[in-house]
Amino acid sequence: MVNFTGETPIFVQIAELLEDAILSGAYGEETQVPSITEFSVAYKINPATALKGVNLLVDAGYLYKRRGVGMFVAAGARERILAARRERFYRDFVLSTVRESKRLEIGAAELLEMTKRGYEEDEH
Amino acid sequence: MSIEVRSVTKRFGATLALDDVSLTLEEGKIYGLLGNNGAGKSTLLNIMTNRLFADRGAVTVDGEDVRNNDAALSKLFLMSENNLYPDDMRVRRAFETAALFYPGFQMDNALQLSEIFGLNTKKKITALSTGYASIFRIIVALSVNAPYLLLDEPVLGLDAQHRDLFYQKLIEKFAAGGCTVVISTHLIAEVAGLIEHAIIIRNGRILRDCGKDALLSGCCTITGPAEAVDRYLAGRSVLTVSTLGGLRTACVQVEDGEEPLPAGLERGAVNLQDYFIHLMNAEEKANA
Repeated sequence: MVNFTGETPIFVQIAELLEDAILSGAYGEETQVPSITEFSVAYKINPATALKGVNLLVDAGYLYKRRGVGMFVAAGARERILAARRERFYRDFVLSTVRESKRLEIGAAELLEMTKRGYEEDEH
Repeated sequence: MSIEVRSVTKRFGATLALDDVSLTLEEGKIYGLLGNNGAGKSTLLNIMTNRLFADRGAVTVDGEDVRNNDAALSKLFLMSENNLYPDDMRVRRAFETAALFYPGFQMDNALQLSEIFGLNTKKKITALSTGYASIFRIIVALSVNAPYLLLDEPVLGLDAQHRDLFYQKLIEKFAAGGCTVVISTHLIAEVAGLIEHAIIIRNGRILRDCGKDALLSGCCTITGPAEAVDRYLAGRSVLTVSTLGGLRTACVQVEDGEEPLPAGLERGAVNLQDYFIHLMNAEEKANA
């Protein structure tokens, strides 16, 4: 079960869940995604909130509507989400990591070393 | 299409239970009616459904006064703690009785839900445990098909699994269209995702009547060194302040939640339950 945190609006978290599912391949391109009702029941949220979240992906062109059928994952959606997420990863994680590194007096070379170590240790 | 509550006042002896309450409940939304014990939530819901009479003011449903108006009242269903059925009536028979009062009652739905929740329809209502008595009332509420569904503490005595099931069934019903839902509850965190609009009531008066998103985006916590926080708070609408050593956290109402903060201060989001607690603490302090 998903636990919605107070930090991000629920509809944004719904959009991210959907993006994650497209990234993982759970919702494949040109396949149908669950309905607004199914989303709102599964996550126990207001259908208006679920709709708002789904619409973020429709507006971004990751999902499209087939009249009378439902919502589908657009072709190429996974690649485009990946690109957008990488850009955000730089902004949200890399930059904030660099900022924190500076605060802790960790230089670029040392940070790189630590990153390598992290990659190795995550293998186990 | 709406329920309009206009300047409703209700007194019980020396207690002013509702003090000039006005509200509009629009069609197709889920409202949260939030307040501490004795705030006036149940009184308000009972007046809306003509089970209690206001001293002053009026309630209309789709433009019609609810007082002794069966047509207007049939559009409202109030699920409350009270058992409205004769003591020795069995569940199945009670469903049939509900169907007499609410012609839209969906018997197949009621029986299906009974099976899902594990409610024995052959049992006498008075023989049901607290939890199953709630489940029985929930099933009636979800089956009457009235356009306005008022739920007063619907999950009282329900275990976590049944509460979860109830929220799911409620959303399914709501998503199927055509109903407005008002939930009065103490379990704010559980319904925070469901409700679109929050009505916060305290001592018989409406404190907040606002879309949930607007309410929460207009409020945040500011944390930092005590002096820096105090400087930031000057001239702002502060709900509560707490201090832990030299670190101070304030819950503050803001116009622009995105403006940059002075160095050393951090902004945090406030969820509905925390907002409610901050607001109640602030009111208590202001009225002390």
